Amino acid sequence: MKKNLENKIEKILIKGNDAVVEAALRSGLNGFFGYPITPASEIIEGFAKAYYEDLERKKKGLKPKYPEFQVFLQMESEIASINAALGGAATGKRVLTASSSPGISLKQEGISYIAGCELPVAIIDVMRGGPGLGNIAPEQGDYFQTVKGGGHGDYRLITLAPNSVQELAEFTCEIFELADKYRNPAVLLYDGYLGQMKEGVIFPKVKAKNYDRSSWAADGNKKGREKHIITSIYIAPEDMEKHKLRLKRKYDLIEEKEVRFENYKSDDADIVIVAYGIVSRIAKDVVEKARKEGIKVGLLRPITLWPFPKKEISQIADNAKAILTVELNMLGQMNEDVLISANGKCPVEFYGRCGGVIPKEKEILEKILEINRKVK
Amino acid sequence: MKKKNLEYILKSPKVEAFQNKTHYCPGCGHGILHKLLGDAMDELGIKDITIFIDSVGCSVFAYNYFDCDHIQVPHGRAPAVATAVKRLRPDKIVITYQGDGDLAAIGTAEIIHAANRGENITIIFVNNAIYGMTGGQLAPTTLIKQKSTTTPRGRFATEFGYPLKICEMLNTLKAPAYLERVALYDPLHIKKAKEAVKKALRMQIKGKGFSLVEVLSHCPTNWKMTPEESMKFVKEKMEKYYPLKIFRDREFKK
Ligand SMILES: Cc1ncc(C[n+]2csc(CCOP(=O)(O)OP(=O)(O)O)c2C)c(N)n1
Ligand code: SF4
Repeated sequence: MKKNLENKIEKILIKGNDAVVEAALRSGLNGFFGYPITPASEIIEGFAKAYYEDLERKKKGLKPKYPEFQVFLQMESEIASINAALGGAATGKRVLTASSSPGISLKQEGISYIAGCELPVAIIDVMRGGPGLGNIAPEQGDYFQTVKGGGHGDYRLITLAPNSVQELAEFTCEIFELADKYRNPAVLLYDGYLGQMKEGVIFPKVKAKNYDRSSWAADGNKKGREKHIITSIYIAPEDMEKHKLRLKRKYDLIEEKEVRFENYKSDDADIVIVAYGIVSRIAKDVVEKARKEGIKVGLLRPITLWPFPKKEISQIADNAKAILTVELNMLGQMNEDVLISANGKCPVEFYGRCGGVIPKEKEILEKILEINRKVK
Repeated sequence: MKKKNLEYILKSPKVEAFQNKTHYCPGCGHGILHKLLGDAMDELGIKDITIFIDSVGCSVFAYNYFDCDHIQVPHGRAPAVATAVKRLRPDKIVITYQGDGDLAAIGTAEIIHAANRGENITIIFVNNAIYGMTGGQLAPTTLIKQKSTTTPRGRFATEFGYPLKICEMLNTLKAPAYLERVALYDPLHIKKAKEAVKKALRMQIKGKGFSLVEVLSHCPTNWKMTPEESMKFVKEKMEKYYPLKIFRDREFKK
């Protein structure tokens, strides 16, 4: 009871993108490098505000609020931003870059290098409409470029997909920890709705683990040790293969240990909706409405998009009569992974709205009724 | 290679920062430049606190030759990487080593903005008027009428514009602290080049801001010349278009 009271006091009403900034700063962020883009601009502005307010405090002889936050810099492009993040991480610092879809496209070469160099870089993608300039309305069109590796070469990005402002705060802290734990880039992927939405948040008490990066970082502390080389080049085919097989073992370990999902009433369900991010919240209401109509519907919400909850969806495909994937895109990007996981064991249908149009509960419910008639 | 140059290279006071024989073609300017940069690092005693940014080009393996920490980065992006490295590790020495394709074509945005912000880093810019690593294609610095594999009849301004003068361009900016162009075609110029590199590093050590040394270098392999001919080409052709001089020296500000 007392604990609850304490928590209540700490709960603050905050916009999604602002919650990300606050959580990153509480995670001991050392450097932020970015370039403005809607609907992610509050993030770069938030870091600027925190940085210059602390400078003022220091000038007045006061203690800075975020003593670890050393560098804020608006760069000349997303390309420069991701490479600055590469540099910061290579020297053993905790760094972050944030953007929205077109900006993430530009970062892809850098992300590939970061994966190849095995650097702990945290990346935020607030998805907007595409292809091309598209629009600034929310979509889930970046599943492919994040989960399937938008850059060159085969590599994996740890990808977390929150569905509330509370989770935005929590998962921001998480991507730093996961990036450090596995020396791998980690992405927080969410649609513009979540970024712009205001909700109550209790910020997690962050206990940032003290990762010792001095054994590998190019930190310029070479006295008494061999030089440290951060690189992704392995000219001899045998060496390259060895390096990649090591990466593969790491990816296998992540797949084994880090899968996260939310299972909402899908154990006894005949039809299971698979949805992530903002869509999963609508889907939850659909589950309730459908159950009132006498149809047993459940929801499986992937929280990690990679590693993907393959096993869980496979089990659902064993027991349910059908799966319905709902996404904010037209191709059914995540649905490809749902199909692979279900492996033909039950019918998988897709319902998508795009361009910033959000599916209404009624639409999804109609789709459920239609599937129900088919599989009865 | 001229005997005198060889003597300079062999006659090293102490060899610490610069390690091993290089993978460069015989007579290549990169080898001479590596040696003198290593010497400058030794004389300044900075190798243990240096973070070296290796770009994409023939010098991508520079990390094999300099005894300091290294970060190998994407083509053209070294100044952006160096910016973050220096700002997060302000007590370290940060050097980027970039070719003319890397710095003056794909990485033009990064170099201009790093210079314009006056980042306290040192750029070693190797202008050999060609893309060495990829086999001799046109560089933004290729001279008018000079042949490359993508300008088999020579570079014409009507198609490819004029060779970019990086020092002159950066000299229009207010922030840079030190800009000098040097060459490597004889022992005297090699010595001058070393002084320039050392000066640039000293600027960084003193916290003066952005320093860049443009080094006119020779690529006998892709110019399809002997080493002697290639040095003559730098002296007689390149230097005419790219004058050797100090463009900016913050220490001698009036
Ligand atoms: C994004 C990207 N584009 C193209 C290349 C291929 N590439 C490698 S080195 C290079 C140019 C090298 O020329 P320069 O920078 O002048 O250095 P040099 O080899 O002459 O020393 C190119 C185009 C690449 N590695 N990455
Ligand atoms: S190709 Fe040219 S620049 Fe590259 S190592 Fe050979 S001579 Fe030097």
